[in-house]
Amino acid sequence: MNSMTEHVSPPMVDVRGVHKFFGDLHVLKGIDLVVQRGEVCVVLGPSGSGKSTLIRCINEMEQISAGRLYVDGELMGLREEEKGGRTVLHRLKDAEISRQRSRIGMVFQRFNLFPHMTALQNVMEAPRQVKGVSKRDAEQRARDQLARVGMSDRAGHYPAQLSGGQQQRVAIARALAMDPELMLFDEPTSALDPELVGEVLGVMRQLAASGMTMIVVTHEVGFAREVADQVVFMDDGVVVERGTAHQVISNPQQARTRDFFGKVL
Amino acid sequence: MAAEPTPDLIKAKPVPRPGVWVGAVIVAVLGLGLVDSLISNPEYRWQTVREYLFDPRVLSGVGWTLLLTAGAMVIGIVLALTIAIMRMGTNPILRGVAWAYIWFFRGTPVYTQLVFWGLITILYRRISVGIPFTDVTFFSIDSKLIFTALVAALLGLGLNEGAYLSEIVRAGLNSVDKGQWEAATALGMKRGTVLRRIIIPQAMRVIVPPTGNETISMLKTTSLVLAVPFMLELTFVTNAIGNRTFLPVPLLIVAAIWYLLITSILMVGQRYLEAYYGRGFDGEQAGGRRVRGMSRRQQAILAAGTVKSDPTLDVTP
Ligand SMILES: Nc1ncnc2c1ncn2[C@@H]1O[C@H](COP(=O)(O)OP(=O)(O)OP(=O)(O)O)[C@@H](O)[C@H]1O
Ligand SMILES: [Mg+2]
Repeated sequence: MNSMTEHVSPPMVDVRGVHKFFGDLHVLKGIDLVVQRGEVCVVLGPSGSGKSTLIRCINEMEQISAGRLYVDGELMGLREEEKGGRTVLHRLKDAEISRQRSRIGMVFQRFNLFPHMTALQNVMEAPRQVKGVSKRDAEQRARDQLARVGMSDRAGHYPAQLSGGQQQRVAIARALAMDPELMLFDEPTSALDPELVGEVLGVMRQLAASGMTMIVVTHEVGFAREVADQVVFMDDGVVVERGTAHQVISNPQQARTRDFFGKVL
Repeated sequence: MAAEPTPDLIKAKPVPRPGVWVGAVIVAVLGLGLVDSLISNPEYRWQTVREYLFDPRVLSGVGWTLLLTAGAMVIGIVLALTIAIMRMGTNPILRGVAWAYIWFFRGTPVYTQLVFWGLITILYRRISVGIPFTDVTFFSIDSKLIFTALVAALLGLGLNEGAYLSEIVRAGLNSVDKGQWEAATALGMKRGTVLRRIIIPQAMRVIVPPTGNETISMLKTTSLVLAVPFMLELTFVTNAIGNRTFLPVPLLIVAAIWYLLITSILMVGQRYLEAYYGRGFDGEQAGGRRVRGMSRRQQAILAAGTVKSDPTLDVTP
């Protein structure tokens, strides 16, 4: 490594030649993806193309089968050791993986709020249990995050007493409470009634504007056009096309991409 | 102000059900006959029942029965949690051992197991800790010093109970949506934290009711410890007195009264426990109306649809 590149900070996400097999099923077939700090990357593609699998690999919900995956320059899930000129790989301990995960926020299609806790308790839980933040600080922080997603007045409500859009906003606040460097969204609006999609996208837009690095799997092409710095089109486990929203969505070069947007738009 | 037109309310006669009434009368007559016989048949000897109900030997029997029930349930619950978590893990040896444990202890009668625990001091005269298949021993002790009748009875009941409860615990843990694990681990929580804070509190809704039933069932199963033989609990004591005095029936009634009384108390306790689990983390300012008999927290869990509301559970014999 030369002195020129040494002080340049690494990309937030660096996916290099990643493959994923589920048994014999080859789901990711050599994915390369670089997401810079502060960038919003939207992943589009047909059902079953491996979008969820890709972002689940980034926070180690799934173990990759080949390739390397770096977040903020740190190799995820593995440790490389030089031994007699060869590189030996070790899996990281659970505690290490938990630490790596705690820096990445994840938002799910089905919200997955903890139903036995109020909105406030949902947001307080991880800072308390993972970071050992005092109850008082955790509550203050949680209230700040709920305010950020416009849910202050529902802090004492249980998830079952909230609409889908409100639940998803609490879920975003819950992820943000851990001060993540990177936020992953897996179809955050797909389980919502159409009239509730807007409020969640609004929160995500704000978050993007605040400089958060985000990878968003979605079918909301409008959101991609408006917010994405980088659009990635995936099909059948490979990245077919990437570029700006204008390049990929409006002027696709590949037949598969044209086909997909021809149907979606 | 114009009066609103009142609708013509329906006042229809219910469908006559004479068959049900005939049945009810027959049942009532039979019931009254039974009550009459209880009072008029001198063989019940209610005077003797009254005499022995608070006999010190009987009271001590009640105490031992309670001790056995509580002890066996505690052993059972600790084992059940361990076994259920072992079965959910990925280590094949732990999973195999857990499976074999359940297979054996559920597959043989508890009576047989109790006889076996009673005989263990003959089977193993000394208990040694060392390396299997070698002569290396670290220490060794007379097994009679460890396996007293009480220990054998508690172990026998507890190990058997653990096998049943572990299935209940497992059903409870499995009833919690996979998304809960994912959300919690994605936040960086470790396995133990996820279990303790997220999974077990939700699983409790499913676990507590059948565990209550198991406790009531255990109360009566303790009468089988005469197989060990452990001879201080209620059934054995009342039988012994009944045989000696040639008055078996009144002493059976004494035992039955005590079992019924304790069961009734346990039932109240179970309801209290279920309500208590619901109250747990109730938010003060939470909106929404409460449905009677169910805490807001429980309703919230139910409404979220992350747990099955009525899994069919396997319960003890
Ligand atoms: N745990 C798993 N075990 C086996 N196969 C899996 C698993 N998870 C995903 N797959 C398979 O991998 C493929 C890609 O799934 P993935 O969920 O990543 O697709 P997707 O692009 O997110 O689709 P969608 O738009 O429907 O969410 C699918 O064929 C799916 O059946
Ligand atoms: Mg998906």
